[in-house]
Amino acid sequence: MDVRRNWQELPDAEGRFGSYGGRFVAETLMPLVLDLERAYREAQVDPAFAATMADFWTHYVGRPSPLYFAERMTAHFGGAKIYFKRDELNHTGAHKINNCLGQVLLAQRMGKTRIIAETGAGQHGVATATICARLGLPCVVFMGATDIERQKPNVFRMKLLGAEVRPVTSGAATLKDAMNEALRDWVTNVADTFYCIGTAAGPHPYPEMVRDFQSVIGREAREQILEREGRLPDAVMACIGGGSNAIGLFHPFIADESVRLIGVEAAGRGIDDRFEHSAAINGGRPGVLHGNRTYLLQNADGQILEGHSISAGLDYPGVGPEHSYLADIGRAQYLSATDDEALEAFKLCARLEGILPALEPSHALARLGDVAREIGKGGLVIMNLCGRGDKDVFTVADALGVTL
Amino acid sequence: MSARLASRFAALKREGRAGLVAYVMASDPDHETCFEILRGLPSAGADVIELGFPFTDPMADGPSIQKAALRALKAGGSLKHTLDLARRFRETDQDTPLILMGYANPIESMGYDAFSEAMQASGADGVIIVDLPPEEDGPLRAAFAAHGLSIIRLATPTTDDNRLTKVLDGASGFLYYASVAGVTGANAATGDAVRAAVSRLKRATQLPVAVGFGVREPAAAQEIARTADAVVVGSAFVDEIAAAPAGQAADRVLRKVRILSEAVRTARALEGTPA
Repeated sequence: MDVRRNWQELPDAEGRFGSYGGRFVAETLMPLVLDLERAYREAQVDPAFAATMADFWTHYVGRPSPLYFAERMTAHFGGAKIYFKRDELNHTGAHKINNCLGQVLLAQRMGKTRIIAETGAGQHGVATATICARLGLPCVVFMGATDIERQKPNVFRMKLLGAEVRPVTSGAATLKDAMNEALRDWVTNVADTFYCIGTAAGPHPYPEMVRDFQSVIGREAREQILEREGRLPDAVMACIGGGSNAIGLFHPFIADESVRLIGVEAAGRGIDDRFEHSAAINGGRPGVLHGNRTYLLQNADGQILEGHSISAGLDYPGVGPEHSYLADIGRAQYLSATDDEALEAFKLCARLEGILPALEPSHALARLGDVAREIGKGGLVIMNLCGRGDKDVFTVADALGVTL
Repeated sequence: MSARLASRFAALKREGRAGLVAYVMASDPDHETCFEILRGLPSAGADVIELGFPFTDPMADGPSIQKAALRALKAGGSLKHTLDLARRFRETDQDTPLILMGYANPIESMGYDAFSEAMQASGADGVIIVDLPPEEDGPLRAAFAAHGLSIIRLATPTTDDNRLTKVLDGASGFLYYASVAGVTGANAATGDAVRAAVSRLKRATQLPVAVGFGVREPAAAQEIARTADAVVVGSAFVDEIAAAPAGQAADRVLRKVRILSEAVRTARALEGTPA
């Protein structure tokens, strides 16, 4: 493993992280992703673009998000000191807005006049609709009909923000089908439309671009922990669906080889051949979907499986390609937590810290005790609390057998 | 490059007419009906057969072919079954080129070398892989080279001259021009737009040019057949399967193939001058 030598150069010119990533898209879209990459390279070195982002972060999103010492959680587990990176305090309630802001500003810079996005739980849809409202751009959000039924409050929020929510009935009518439908829209509306992808996946340059926009999480956390504790943490942890919050936290720590990077996948009802989970790294194998090569849930014929998680935001059969690479080279470690474990962690966090976490970071919370105890007293762990749980109260009530 | 594709397009040129490339989805609506359709395609007028292999996430396809893929998967369809259908077809027909069309993951899953060997063993001639642009098809090209198999590349309305050079480098068999930016089975391009595009492509390559996407009716097929070397029709055939009462899918598809083939075959004669 020689991460330090080349990690900053990844992905390579072809958008590869080792054998993962790439640009597996229809020929019609190739000129568009190449054009997007050119535009992103220009924006990356433009101080005006950075200044606009910074201004929005400070005054609109509410960054930097606090690094919070979770004192009672620390005492409860009796191991390393636990800090939460509080990205759930961002405007719209999750880390998703960090990325949407960057992409939609880039779209505006490219002269695109229409934004499309896919959404599963609705968090990315809400964040995209929010930025589009603020910048005065029309926004179409593709959402599986099944998810629309499960996530009515977010559907209404998107509509209040002026977005059009387009139900997707193809396939299983969930997140992956919403992504297929967004790609079908993009391939049809090639001139004016910008596709705002919600996670660090998709064809190059999306995984890199989303990672860069989300890396504000890790940069802040690194600075904050150095200020608070005078040293780097022993581990940083985050939940993994597509993995955008995790890669945003991990990336600024990749070269710090003393810092363990720990992702937690959704094990649903258990990782086995029933595939009732969403743990692509722990329970899948490499393949090609949605523009990139990465770990996927698939059958022996290469057909994509639906998977399952109690958390709609983790319920995706793939994972961002950089995570696949970090897993293979051993730089990051990928654990998993079941639906039940996530629910227990949700309740624990609410009672001990007075924070209702989203079900997504509840998966990371579920492994936090193990990691904190393993590192032991005197150690430091940062966990990204990447979303708030208000959106999940109905799901949690349902799982606990409570009628609201 | 596949000898069968080369000799079929050479024959079409001698006959002074365009060919019909007929797409159907393997195992749609079931293995045996699909085989019956395949066996009937050459005599119904298909000059080249494009056999789709099903994928759960066909992100460049419109509703017709999406549904066909779901029907095929429900019937137990897979890449292996597709190759088996190709092999059975080849036992009955040595001349009609047959190419596979689909998405990368079932091939990735099988492995590029294993797939190439299975392709050759089945007597299939080439592939169109929608989500393997030239940047990503290197491993398949390398595996195919040893087996005389073709990778058919796509050009589209977004393919500018720079991009076209990239598309043509390593292309073989024929060039597939997707005449509209969009998914399969949506609107057809206008005759003028197709004419301009085909002549631009012809200036850049010696490969035959087949035009598809959204061609459903004889008039549209005829218009394209005046300038292109072949016309690709897919969704229109697949829709016949969807609409057919039980037991009548093969008859319905083959009847539609005859209608479109007739339009394609007579296009240039009607116009009076070969294009």
